[in-house]
Amino acid sequence: MNFTSLYTAFPEISLAVFAMLMLIYGVVRGERSAQTVGIASFVAVLSIMIFVLKLGFIYSPGFPKLHISAGCYGCYAFDYMFIDDAFARFVKVILLCGSALSIILSWTYLKKENLSHPEYPILILFATLGMLLMVSANDLLALYVGLELQSLSLYVLAAYNRDNAKSSESGLKYFVLGALSSGLLLYGISLIYGYTGVTKFTSLSKLFIDMHQPPIGVLFGLVFICAGLAFKVSAVPFHMWTPDVYEGAPTPVTAFFAAAPKVAALAVLARLLIVPFGSLAHQWGQIIVFISVASMLLGSFAGLVQSSIKRLMAYSSIANVGYALVGIIVGGTAGMQALLIYVAIYFINTLGVFAVILSLRRKGKSLDRIVDFSGLAKTNPLLALTMVIFMFSLAGVPPLAGFFGKYFIFLAAVKAGMMPLAIIGVLTSVVSAYYYLRIIKLMYFDDGINIFDPLPEFGLRIVLAISALYMIVFTIWPAPIIDQALIAAHSLTGG
Amino acid sequence: MLQAFIFYMFATVLVASAVMVVASRNPVHAVLFLILCFFNAAGLFLLMGAEFIAFILVIVYVGAVAVLFLFVVMMLDINFVDLRKGFRRYLPIGLAVGLILLVQLALVVSSWAYNPSSLSNTPILNSPDVDNTRAIGRVLYTTYLYPFQVSGLILLVAMIGAIVLTLRHKPDVRRQRSSQQLDRQIDQVMDVRKIEPGQGVNL
Repeated sequence: MNFTSLYTAFPEISLAVFAMLMLIYGVVRGERSAQTVGIASFVAVLSIMIFVLKLGFIYSPGFPKLHISAGCYGCYAFDYMFIDDAFARFVKVILLCGSALSIILSWTYLKKENLSHPEYPILILFATLGMLLMVSANDLLALYVGLELQSLSLYVLAAYNRDNAKSSESGLKYFVLGALSSGLLLYGISLIYGYTGVTKFTSLSKLFIDMHQPPIGVLFGLVFICAGLAFKVSAVPFHMWTPDVYEGAPTPVTAFFAAAPKVAALAVLARLLIVPFGSLAHQWGQIIVFISVASMLLGSFAGLVQSSIKRLMAYSSIANVGYALVGIIVGGTAGMQALLIYVAIYFINTLGVFAVILSLRRKGKSLDRIVDFSGLAKTNPLLALTMVIFMFSLAGVPPLAGFFGKYFIFLAAVKAGMMPLAIIGVLTSVVSAYYYLRIIKLMYFDDGINIFDPLPEFGLRIVLAISALYMIVFTIWPAPIIDQALIAAHSLTGG
Repeated sequence: MLQAFIFYMFATVLVASAVMVVASRNPVHAVLFLILCFFNAAGLFLLMGAEFIAFILVIVYVGAVAVLFLFVVMMLDINFVDLRKGFRRYLPIGLAVGLILLVQLALVVSSWAYNPSSLSNTPILNSPDVDNTRAIGRVLYTTYLYPFQVSGLILLVAMIGAIVLTLRHKPDVRRQRSSQQLDRQIDQVMDVRKIEPGQGVNL
């Protein structure tokens, strides 16, 4: 290890130092500092995001465009435990953007529910840090510690509204199941280490390419690792916690859950299956195909009978993870590119939906039943219109961004000769279109109690505007994201 | 010879005190036996030359965990006699399960074939002049600096989480504020009044 490590991991180190400084400030100033810490955290996360964006800019030869570019094919740090490549940077920009937006989303909600403490943004910062470390992990041990840092912060955030029984329940449930999944993951890691003697991704990759038939213990370890990570991305059959946690946790926390940790866990799963276990694709392929198909089916059908919008979003996220996993199954540069485009669209789409849910209040009380959307178009046409954009995009209606996410995934699957997978995907997305379109029908054609609080304050408006614009602008000008996803995918597959 | 004697001493006391942890009626006694248990296990580790684990066992388990157990036992009024009510009834089935497990373990261990070449690629430094505390120290702050530091952050988050979820500020609790007490001047708190006989005083 030398000092270049500090330079390579600069975004993570500065985020860690900043979070600890904020912690000290929060402790010294007490409850009064909640707002300052929130604003400072937002600014810090945003500036780190810009830094990560610029990092690619600096590395790229001849400064062509202001994009995250390939840069160095992989800068290692901390004795090859940490990798900074285009793939990691692409995902990091998504994660930092997601957590910055969810910090803004939380401001008024927390104030109205009397939950405004300085610890909230600090826990978000630590969770974000954990996710960045996960995405940059080049070693099973580094992956595990990053994952734990992220999950531990998320358990606390789920139970954040401690006087509410549902929030405490969701925190406890998440904690118990999450600890179980971490145990599975760690068991898998120990098996892999026991049978190979190495934990670095690059060494594992070399080892498995040379090996004709991997030892049975490695396969066991691989299955355990897949199960542990399937828990984290909430893929069927490890999805049981998702609806309860989504429903119980405070709404801004749910928004954060839906946007950032899923993306991080998907990225880690992709890196793990493509880099170290890439040559064992025929071994893990069937597992991932099963969980992907099961997630698409369950997410679409179980969503049909939900009455709470937060539970609906939970099932929607399960279905979406199923689509994203298709990208991993396809593998190769095309599959990875499709996966990255998909998550880059999905995370901001869900954040937008949750911004609408957070805006929906009646006499100061937040609403979370689906029928509460009835008649929204008459009282608040602008909000209803943004919701229409998000719902159409989630359902995959062209020309909105969500259509392109699914298009690239299914195109990659068809090109790789995985027709059945693509057909199941298209059919389930038709089924899930029912529950997305139902909300639009409720807003425009049904009568409800047409009283809603006026459109909320600044923070939520910003998130609504950014995410709605993103959905439309992507259609007109998709090149930056598609190009960068390609570069990022290249850096992972080396092709 | 002496080593064998010490091993059997530690091992016997360890097993005996482990039995007493489960069998003793008084929970405080059980925790004290647990401490004895930890000490003897530490002795066994020392005998194997794993002095680092022995120290950690004493420092962490005896110093922190056992004391924590004692606090829990003393603070929570758990009726252990009630918890042990079914002991006799479940004893036969418990013994049967234990016996089966023992037989299975014996079968596994007896059929175990040890591959001597597997020892050669273990990464542990096996040199007589570097004791294992030093060996761990050498890699902990160099090769494994990164996971070590992140583990520190995880513990920090655990602490923040515990405080966020449990600390409550009760407004009606009167706390002692020594700075205020010391800052008080005599003329702020004492007032000498002259009381006319039979008149009382108006405060």
